[in-house]
Amino acid sequence: MAGPGPTAVSRSDDREAKKRLAEAQKTYGRGKAIPTKSVRDKKLRSNLKAVEAKYKDATLKAKDAEILLEHDPGFLEPENELERTYKVRQDEIQENVGIETAKKGFELSLDELGPYRADYTRNGRNLLLAGRKGHIATMDWRAGKLGCEIQLGETVRDARWLHNNQFFAVAQKKYVYIYDHSGAELHCLSRHVEPLFLEFLPYHFLLASAHMSGFLKYTDTSTGQMVAELPTRLGCPTSLCQNPWNAILHTGHQNGTVTLWSPNSQTALVKALVHRGPVRSMAVDRQGRYMVSTGQDMKMSVWDIRMFREVHSYSCYQPGSSVAISDRGLTAVGWGTQVSVWKGLFDAAQADQGKVKSPYMSWGGDGQRIENMRWCPFEDVLGVTHDKGFSSLLVPGAGEPNFDALEANPYENTRQRQEGEVRSLLNKLQPEMISLDPTFIGRLDTISNQKRQEERDLDRRAEDPIEKMKNRGRGRNSALRKYLRKKGRGNVIDERRLKAEALRKERSSRAKEKLRAEREELGPALGRFAKKEM
Amino acid sequence: MKIKALSRPTASQQAPGTAVVRQPRNLDPAQHPFERAREYTRALNATKLERLFAAPFLGQMGDGHVDGVYSMAKDPGSLERFASGSGDGVVKVWDLPTRDEVWNTQAHENIVKGVCWTPDRKLLSCASDKTVKLFDPYNSSSESPPLATYLGQSAFTGITHHRSLPAFAASSSVISIYDLSRPSSTPSQTLHWPTNVDTITSVAFNQTETSILGSTGLDRSVIMYDLRTSAPLTKLVLRMASNAISWNPMEAFNFAVANEDHNVYIFDMRKMDRALNVLKDHVAAVMDVEFSPTGEELVTASYDRTVRLWSRAHGHSREIYHTKRMQRVFSAKFTPDNKYVLSGSDDGNVRLWRCNASDRSGVKSARQRAKLEYDQSLIKRYSHMPEIRRIRRQRHVPKSIKKAREIKREELDAIKRRQENVRKHTKKSQLPPRQSEREKMILTREQ
Repeated sequence: MAGPGPTAVSRSDDREAKKRLAEAQKTYGRGKAIPTKSVRDKKLRSNLKAVEAKYKDATLKAKDAEILLEHDPGFLEPENELERTYKVRQDEIQENVGIETAKKGFELSLDELGPYRADYTRNGRNLLLAGRKGHIATMDWRAGKLGCEIQLGETVRDARWLHNNQFFAVAQKKYVYIYDHSGAELHCLSRHVEPLFLEFLPYHFLLASAHMSGFLKYTDTSTGQMVAELPTRLGCPTSLCQNPWNAILHTGHQNGTVTLWSPNSQTALVKALVHRGPVRSMAVDRQGRYMVSTGQDMKMSVWDIRMFREVHSYSCYQPGSSVAISDRGLTAVGWGTQVSVWKGLFDAAQADQGKVKSPYMSWGGDGQRIENMRWCPFEDVLGVTHDKGFSSLLVPGAGEPNFDALEANPYENTRQRQEGEVRSLLNKLQPEMISLDPTFIGRLDTISNQKRQEERDLDRRAEDPIEKMKNRGRGRNSALRKYLRKKGRGNVIDERRLKAEALRKERSSRAKEKLRAEREELGPALGRFAKKEM
Repeated sequence: MKIKALSRPTASQQAPGTAVVRQPRNLDPAQHPFERAREYTRALNATKLERLFAAPFLGQMGDGHVDGVYSMAKDPGSLERFASGSGDGVVKVWDLPTRDEVWNTQAHENIVKGVCWTPDRKLLSCASDKTVKLFDPYNSSSESPPLATYLGQSAFTGITHHRSLPAFAASSSVISIYDLSRPSSTPSQTLHWPTNVDTITSVAFNQTETSILGSTGLDRSVIMYDLRTSAPLTKLVLRMASNAISWNPMEAFNFAVANEDHNVYIFDMRKMDRALNVLKDHVAAVMDVEFSPTGEELVTASYDRTVRLWSRAHGHSREIYHTKRMQRVFSAKFTPDNKYVLSGSDDGNVRLWRCNASDRSGVKSARQRAKLEYDQSLIKRYSHMPEIRRIRRQRHVPKSIKKAREIKREELDAIKRRQENVRKHTKKSQLPPRQSEREKMILTREQ
């Protein structure tokens, strides 16, 4: 009988399963599997095998659960070669989408107390607007309901929501203040003096502020304790942003450097020269892979922060005043009175392609100077603040379509919000857990274990100092020279010293011999000019 | 131009007219930052909660005995009944759910050294008065006379029943096998190591390989016998005498012996030249040991007034139980459902403990159960982390035990130091090879 036998069927099944696993691992994998075959300890091997099987199973199940995702991302696609997405205007978009969605694009004209800064809550439901001249307003922007409105009567430099829509922090002229949802002042953080920028780390409950004095201060908002005060020593910072993947703060400085900070180190973890002029604005994508920054040097640069390497640099017509990255990797840059949205900056970097040629969308040019931009989480909405107020733009394809209700729920009710608050406080991360690699927690300290094992071995050989001297010491300051210099000068002549001296003598004679051999081979210095005998 | 923007009608999140809210999930790792750190924090919280809810002591059985409790036995056919024998010759039978006494009798005139149930739910007890008596607590009232009495040459120290045959073995200076089906009150068979004269302290039938019998003796020996050949198989001499022996019910070839040198040794019967594991934590002689019905855990009773629980595979105890009033503990048993531990001590009380100190026995909702299981696996996953390990290990122990532990550590260090000094000044050729901790205590092995 012709045709494939049972083995052929099973082989194709096998291939299918492998393909499925590889696909699942691309999104849901947690790194490379442990090679269990090389483990010699039987018990450990079987444990590891069980763990690996569990991981594999979880990955496949997570992939299968994709079928439950309800929404697809938005898009903006040209239908022929002549159409350009960046030519599409807001009113065209509003005409082409449903009424409910079209309502999300709106403008607030607040031209007296601006320029404004804006912030959305973590679930994107509430909006906080802070005018430079002291006007603060919160609103449920989708319903158009005003939460509170206060006039502070002094300079406001930045404002941030804390972990939910109940509290927000405002960087005022002298101190940072915390207000509740009704606009009542709850706390004055008097140790945050002359704050410029605020950042809130939601999982650590840390409010960070960058100060005019160049200090970076962290306050734990659940306990009220000051966690760290870090001197940047680079003058007044020009921008601040957080890496949402590892809670590291990026600070931009006047001299074009960006420094990375964690509350656990008094010095910067990384310093990078990103621009040839003050760094105006920065943003990091949600998986902490790329940083986009704009500087006074009219450049927008894309950095790979895993390798600390610039990937691409784009020129702007004017210095970009603000930059923001959406959940799906759309990058909005505000320059002058214009906003351009770029798509695929990181994909191009990943594929090692050239730069992206043209922006995905653009807006503005109507005389309002862009101050600040925020993407609304889980929506195709970009909030732009400028000196004339606030504009909410529709940018199809920007937002994460499928939210996780246990993480941030845009439709949560009061009870869910309260329970979520308690749960997040229970799971509050300690400031010590902030590091460049967020997965370092739970790792085994294998080095110290090895050392401990060695120490436990009672029959270990004592280290032979002479042997150590022999092995090391290639350069000028070898272990041998050091020994002779530090200890060999004394009047004590013991076996060790004799050995060391003999070793030195041998080494120097070997060097001399080498020199002599070289000289013989090459001849005198001017020998090369002498007439060669034919 | 094709345009589509996200739109989620609010009605799709909560259908009109219902109070049920949907909670859609998205498992994309990008939406769950800090997963390691958050999981670790949850594990830490779970560990703390576990310690917070730890309340191991449940209560004592009835009013206990007048004299110390030196032997206990659980009925293999029942989850509820077990018997205990006391120093004044009284044997009592207890009901676990009510924690009350259901039957008692003045069985002997001397210390009851061993009690044991037969498969047909009769109770055997042996004592120092050289008799073994058979009672029927299920079908007779208290203080009823024994169904049968068996006589021996010297004081009995332990008793064990065969898995299926109507025969039991009682130990004195020899092991006497009695046949329950015959009217004779003398042993049908006696077993002993040819050169052995000392008292045998405990004896236990293997319940799977039913003709194998293990015993421990005052002459520091652990001896295996085979009923089929009516001869001893092997003898192991340890550094110090053992007090009790217990077979692993799941791995029938493994057994544990409770030793006078504060340790418990787990041996493989097939390969007795080294122990499978050494359980070290007690600071006085271990008086009794028993494997749990799952074969994964052990409970030990010790002369240092504590009961400890062990995992079969780990060298240190996972739990220590003590109360102010508990005196020297002479026997400890798991209940057949593996949930509780019983201890009988010198003060005459029989105490009931939880096997897992933070466990609660009420009916749990599915959600509660899932949470507990999740917490357990989190704790297991992060158990190597120093903070979690510290919290899990920390136990309050009586001052006397703490002091004894310090003294013991100092003594052991001194011995070790001395040995190392000797090694350091001995010629390499004369150096004996280092002995593993698991074979140090074995002096000789005879076949």
